[in-house]
Amino acid sequence: MAEESTRYFLGIADKIEKAFRENRELVKAILKKIGEYSKSLESLYGKDFKFKIMNFCGTHEWTVTHFGIRSLVPKNIELVAGPGCPVCVTPSHFIEEAIKLALDGITVYTYGDTYRLRTLNSVRGYRSLSEVRGEGSVKLVTSLVDAIKDARNSNRESVFIGIGFETVAPGYASAVLKGLVPENLKIMSLVKLTPPAMFYSLEILREKPTEPPVMGVIAPGHVSTVTGAKAWSVVSENYGIPVVVSGFEPIDVLLSILEILKQLVKGEAKTVIEYKRAVTWHGDLRAQRIVAKAFRVVDDAWRGIGFLPKSGLRLRDEYRKYDAFEGLGVKEIKPGEWGYDLPPGCRCAEVTLGKAKPTDCPLFMKVCTPDKPYGPCMVSLEGACAIWARFGSGGLADEIAKELSLTI
Amino acid sequence: MDRVTLAHGSGGVETFEILERLIFRRVEDKLKRVGNGFGIDVLDDGAVIPLPSGDHIVVSIDAYTVNPPFFPGGNIGTLAAAGSINDVLMMGGRPIAILDSIIVEEGFPIEDLERIMQSFLDILKSENIALIGGDFKVMPKGGVDKIVITTTAIGIARKPIVDSPKPGDKIIVSDFVGDHGAVIMLLQMGLEKNVEEFGKGLLKSDAKPLTKLMLPLIERFSNYINAARDPTRGGLAGTLNEWASRTGGVIVVEEPSIPIRDSVKRYCEMLGVDPLYLASEGVAVLSVDPTVAEEVVEYMKSLGFENARIIGEVKSSEKFKGYVLMKTSVGGYRILEPPRGELVPRIC
Repeated sequence: MAEESTRYFLGIADKIEKAFRENRELVKAILKKIGEYSKSLESLYGKDFKFKIMNFCGTHEWTVTHFGIRSLVPKNIELVAGPGCPVCVTPSHFIEEAIKLALDGITVYTYGDTYRLRTLNSVRGYRSLSEVRGEGSVKLVTSLVDAIKDARNSNRESVFIGIGFETVAPGYASAVLKGLVPENLKIMSLVKLTPPAMFYSLEILREKPTEPPVMGVIAPGHVSTVTGAKAWSVVSENYGIPVVVSGFEPIDVLLSILEILKQLVKGEAKTVIEYKRAVTWHGDLRAQRIVAKAFRVVDDAWRGIGFLPKSGLRLRDEYRKYDAFEGLGVKEIKPGEWGYDLPPGCRCAEVTLGKAKPTDCPLFMKVCTPDKPYGPCMVSLEGACAIWARFGSGGLADEIAKELSLTI
Repeated sequence: MDRVTLAHGSGGVETFEILERLIFRRVEDKLKRVGNGFGIDVLDDGAVIPLPSGDHIVVSIDAYTVNPPFFPGGNIGTLAAAGSINDVLMMGGRPIAILDSIIVEEGFPIEDLERIMQSFLDILKSENIALIGGDFKVMPKGGVDKIVITTTAIGIARKPIVDSPKPGDKIIVSDFVGDHGAVIMLLQMGLEKNVEEFGKGLLKSDAKPLTKLMLPLIERFSNYINAARDPTRGGLAGTLNEWASRTGGVIVVEEPSIPIRDSVKRYCEMLGVDPLYLASEGVAVLSVDPTVAEEVVEYMKSLGFENARIIGEVKSSEKFKGYVLMKTSVGGYRILEPPRGELVPRIC
């Protein structure tokens, strides 16, 4: 029975996915509409005005690049990647701290992408957790649950590097609140919150007048399942631009672009949910409650960017027995002590903030490649540089298609 | 100090780099082939040695090391036989003989070795291929991971297929791609018990000799097949990129027309792996003259390869050379990059 219902569910899921992925007729209809709105906008704003639409999730950048959506939209619409990759913005300092712990014999549990992050400073000759693997004890896990299971068996002193956005926080919170974490395992909570980063990147593009401002936001669908769409209404209200919470299939993204353009033509600025099959206005209230119970919000450092107010989560004092900052003496970064922590020449901070494209970086695919990542955005599959490197973006595909006179 | 990494052995960009460094630049051109034949100067599936009679000998060598050695759909013995046979077939040759070299770890169960060799010999028997030589060695425990089998296959070709896709050619694949790579990846990740398709036989390695497909095709269409390859390490993406850089043109592929099994698609998506980079061990990719492409597909279907289809074509471009351009399911374009890094360790 269980198997049957699983199969039924998978069947439905497949159908939904296909409906949003493989329907060229629908795509053509959406593109026709997008084309009409783009024309209207051209007559309103002039021919040369570029409408910058920013996404805030590595998976959206993946969808845009993997399905070649940039080659589909009119020339006056520019799709840019914003801060959507937690691995990319984790300060070098904390990875250096983790390397120290590993070299001191403490088992370090980490996600596969964090494992390959290069630090700014070498720690006793090591610059990434992957380099330490042979010398110290570093174990790859796919979740906190894996780390808990392994730590219980090993009984060794250990630490879990808790990287992520709002989506992972409820899982960490639940494990802590339910007392599932064994005494020998500490959590280094490096959870980052997306809205402060969104405010910051919208601000910074406004302050830099040579760059066109962001005219619309594709808001992260997974994060919104937890936070609810309401988390973004401050953006549409304060910045006066449309925000659409989007799903992750190509047709989701195209529909979101269409909605943004429609609002722009009508002079509206609302927060709207396109990803209705997963996201509600208020989000997951239970998840929000347990996160608030386990964590406190702190001003946190973002790699290459600096401190953003109220942008990170640390465990509350009541749960300090699980906290690596307490139990293992991991050093916090104080606002006065933060130093620029990207390697020389790396433009990851600008890429993360949507101020530069990966291909604008002189190191992209020369010094910095997926096999030998130099900057953090080349490490995780959520990082814009890593995505562009794998799927050849930067307009080359469009140019080739044009040269060969290929059409949709 | 530079050290060898697993990425060097995954058949992608790094493999070519290390081979260039170790071998290709150290061998003078006339010693890269025999006479007017082809050898490591062209890097095809095998070598071609011309005979005075006008026919050609085709030779191919491959070492097989897969973890785990037994998997749904076969074992390392199946791979060792089918792999080298297919390499000869993809060169346009009719395989006639094989030599094997086995290195096994001390302590390996003889019963398992018997099963492996039986699978190997069964294929030779069914394909009527002679086993004419070999070697057998044992390494102390820990000296080798279980078992490594190397095979050399020899065939005869009237007109060898030395890959050179031509502008206008249609790209044809014979079957679902990525099955073998997906199976091995799932096993290596310890997901054997979670994959219900294994128990039901719905997902298994595609390792098999392609004699029944390729011999009739070569017989009938040898003047029209400009390239043939079995997309093992590096997958379809690897094969197409090699061809694109060889022709100096652009290969344009329709993503939705590439046959990929639903279960493979689903597991790849779960694990964040692109099936186009996963190995197939019983699939042919052909670059065929457009005038006969449809006919070739129909013929392949009549030979029992009902998933055969055209997935794209070779285009000439003055400006862009060596790219594979993918038209996605929504009609957008992206570049299909050559394989890089370590995808799945030791798959074949």
